[in-house]
Amino acid sequence: MDMLLSGIGMLMHFDVLLALLIGSIGGVIIGAIPGVGPAVAIAILLPATFALPPLVGLVMLLGIYGSSMFGGALPAILINTPGTAVNALTTYDGHPMTQRGEALRALGLAYGASFVSGILSILTLILLSPVLAKIAPMFGSKEIFLAALLGLVLVIIAHRGQTLAAGMLAGLGVFLGTVGLEPLKYTQRFTFGQEWLASGFDLIVIVLGLFALSQAFLLLSEPESAPETPPIKGSMGRAMLRIFKYKRLAVSGSGFGVLMGMIPGVGEFTAQFLSYTYAQKTSKTPEDFGKGSPEGLVASESANNAVPAAAMIPLLALGIPGEALTAMMLSVFYVHNVIPGPQLFQGQIDFVYALYAAMIILNVIVVLFMLVSSNLLLRIIRIPTRFLGVMILTLSFVGVYSLRNSVVDCAIAAAFGWFGLILKRQNLPAVPIVLGLVLGGIMETKFRPAMNRVSVFGDFFERPIAAILGFAILCLIVGHFASLYREQRNRQPNPDHDMHDSFQR
Amino acid sequence: MSKPDGQQVPGADIPPRPGQRIGTRFRNFVRTRNFQDMFQRNARPGELVFAAGFFGFSVLLLILIPWQTQWVPLSKLFTQPAFWPGIAITVMTLFSAGHLFCVLCANRLPGLAAELAAWARALEFVLWFIVYVWLVPIIGYLIATIAFTCALSFRMGYRGVRWMGLAAVFGLGVVVLFKGLLGVNIPAGDIYELLPAGALRSFLMTNF
Repeated sequence: MDMLLSGIGMLMHFDVLLALLIGSIGGVIIGAIPGVGPAVAIAILLPATFALPPLVGLVMLLGIYGSSMFGGALPAILINTPGTAVNALTTYDGHPMTQRGEALRALGLAYGASFVSGILSILTLILLSPVLAKIAPMFGSKEIFLAALLGLVLVIIAHRGQTLAAGMLAGLGVFLGTVGLEPLKYTQRFTFGQEWLASGFDLIVIVLGLFALSQAFLLLSEPESAPETPPIKGSMGRAMLRIFKYKRLAVSGSGFGVLMGMIPGVGEFTAQFLSYTYAQKTSKTPEDFGKGSPEGLVASESANNAVPAAAMIPLLALGIPGEALTAMMLSVFYVHNVIPGPQLFQGQIDFVYALYAAMIILNVIVVLFMLVSSNLLLRIIRIPTRFLGVMILTLSFVGVYSLRNSVVDCAIAAAFGWFGLILKRQNLPAVPIVLGLVLGGIMETKFRPAMNRVSVFGDFFERPIAAILGFAILCLIVGHFASLYREQRNRQPNPDHDMHDSFQR
Repeated sequence: MSKPDGQQVPGADIPPRPGQRIGTRFRNFVRTRNFQDMFQRNARPGELVFAAGFFGFSVLLLILIPWQTQWVPLSKLFTQPAFWPGIAITVMTLFSAGHLFCVLCANRLPGLAAELAAWARALEFVLWFIVYVWLVPIIGYLIATIAFTCALSFRMGYRGVRWMGLAAVFGLGVVVLFKGLLGVNIPAGDIYELLPAGALRSFLMTNF
C-alpha cells in the first residue's frame, strides 16, 4: 500500500499531470482521425520525449496509447471507418446502430465499455503486481529467451490467414536487428563495407518509416476523402451509464482483454474476437450480431481497451514488448536508463504503480472529455486525407531527423516508409517486423548466457518456468497445425471473396 | 440452405469437393463469426510480385552469409557472428517460399499494372521528403518547413489562399512547438550565417 501511495505521489507534479492531460486528450483526437492512429503519433513524438524526464515522457505516450481507442470508436460508429485498426470490429455493430438513428446510444455504450474495461484491467493489474514482483525474479536468461520466443511464435500464428507472411516479416525484423557491428566478437554483419550500416538499423527510424511515413505516403497517393457526419444530440453521460445493462459482457470483455494483453504478441485483435464470439454464443439474439447489436459493440470495445494496461505486464516485468506500441515505449525506457525487467518490479515497484495510476487518471480524463467533445471531434475528423498526409510527412521529419541529425536515417526511414506503403496496400502486417527486431535482439542477447550451462538439449528446460514456456511454445505450434488441419477438413466456401483490410488503416 | 433471416447462404450453390464430408461446409455458419471467415482472402494484385521479390531477397541474403559474416575459429556455434543472421534469413527464406507457393496457388485478382503504378506513384512523395530533409540544414528549419507544407499542399490540390495560409500556419506551428518549445535537436540552417552577428541571429538559430 505504501508503494501504491508512493507511486501516486510521483504523479502529483505539474509537469507529469500536464503530460498526462496532453497525452490523454491528444490520444483521443489522434485516435478519432482515421489514418493517424496511436502508432503514428507515438512514433513521431518519441524523440521529442527523450528530452523530458522519464515519467513525463512515458506518461504522455501512455496517455496516447490508452486513450486512442476511445477516439477510434467515434468514426467507426458514425462513418463506418475505424479511427484505429483495433476499432474495426466496432464498425460491425456500431455503424448499423447509427443507421437506425441510435448513434448517441452506440457512442455512449462504446465509451462506457471502454471506461469500465480500462478501469477493471488496471485494478486487476494493481492486484497482480505483488505476485508479478515475486514471479519476475524467477526469470533468468533461459526464461526471458523463451518468453521472447513465445512472443515471436504468437505474433506469427496470431496473424491468422497470414501466418507465412507474418513469419517472413518477423524473420526480416530479426535479420535487421543483426545488421552492423556485433557486440561479442566485434565483427561486421551484412554491412557491405558501408560505414552507415555499421551501427545497424535504429528501431525508431524503422518504426517511423513503417508506421508514420508509410501512412503519409498512402494518404498522399490515394484519392481525397473528407467524411461528412451529422452532429450528435442528447446527453452523452446518460448514454454512457447504459453500459451497466451489459455488465456481464463488459466484465468478460475486460477479462479477455487482460488475458490476451498479458501474452506477448497476441493483443487486441484476438481479445476482441474471443470476446465477440463469447458474447454471440451466450446472447439471446445472436442473429443480431453484425447488424447493430449493442452486445456486440460492448464486447468489442471492452476487450480492446483492456489490452493497453495488460500489455504493460510483459514489458515492465520481463522487458518484452507484446506489440509495436509497447516496443516503441521500450526505447523510451532505455533512453532514460530505466531497464524494464525483474529488477524494475523489485527495486522500483512505485514507478510501476505510478504508471498504473496514470492509466486510471487518463481513463477518467478521457471520459470527462468525451462527455462534452464528441461534436468537436466530428469537426476534427473532417480534415481532408491528403492534407493529413502533408501534416504527417512534416511531423515525421521531426521524429527521424531529431534523433541524430542524420540524412541517412531519413533516407532509411523513407525507404521503410515506401516498404510500409506496399505492406499496407497488400494488407500485410508491419508489426511482426518491429517485434522481430526487438525480440530478436533480446533473444540473441539472452541465448548466449542461457547456453553456458547447457550440455544437453533437456538442460534448457530444467527449471519449471522454462519448462512451462517450452511446453507452451510446443503446444502453440502443434495446436496451430492441428487447427489448420481441421480447417482444411471443414473448409467452407469463401462467401464473397471479402478481404479484411485492418492493416491498411 | 438458408440463413435464419431467409437469405440464401452465399456459396451454397458450390458443389462439395471430392472427399468432403457432407454437412461440414456450413457447420459454423450461424453459430459464430470465426477467424476463418474474418481473415480468408484472395491474392491481391501485386502480391505475387511482392512474394517473389521477398523470396528472391531472402535467397540472396542466404547466399551472402559467408561473405557478409565471419566464422570465428574455436568458438561455439551459438556464439558465431553468423548464427543469428543465419537463423533469421533461414526463417525468411522458408516462410517466404511458403508464402510464394500459396500466392501461386491462390486465385489472383486482376489489376497488377494499376497496383505497380500505385507503388511507383508513392515514390514521388519519397522524393519530396528527401528534398525537404536536404533543404533543412541549408535554408533552416522554419523556411524549409513552411516552403515544404505550402508546396506539397499546392501539389496535392489545395491551392486557394485559405489552404496556403493553413499550410503555412501549420508549418510555423510545428517549428514553434518542436524546436522553440520542446527544444528538439534540429541544427540551425546555414542561411542564418548570412545574418549579422547579434541577438536576432542567436534567437533565430535557437528557435527556428
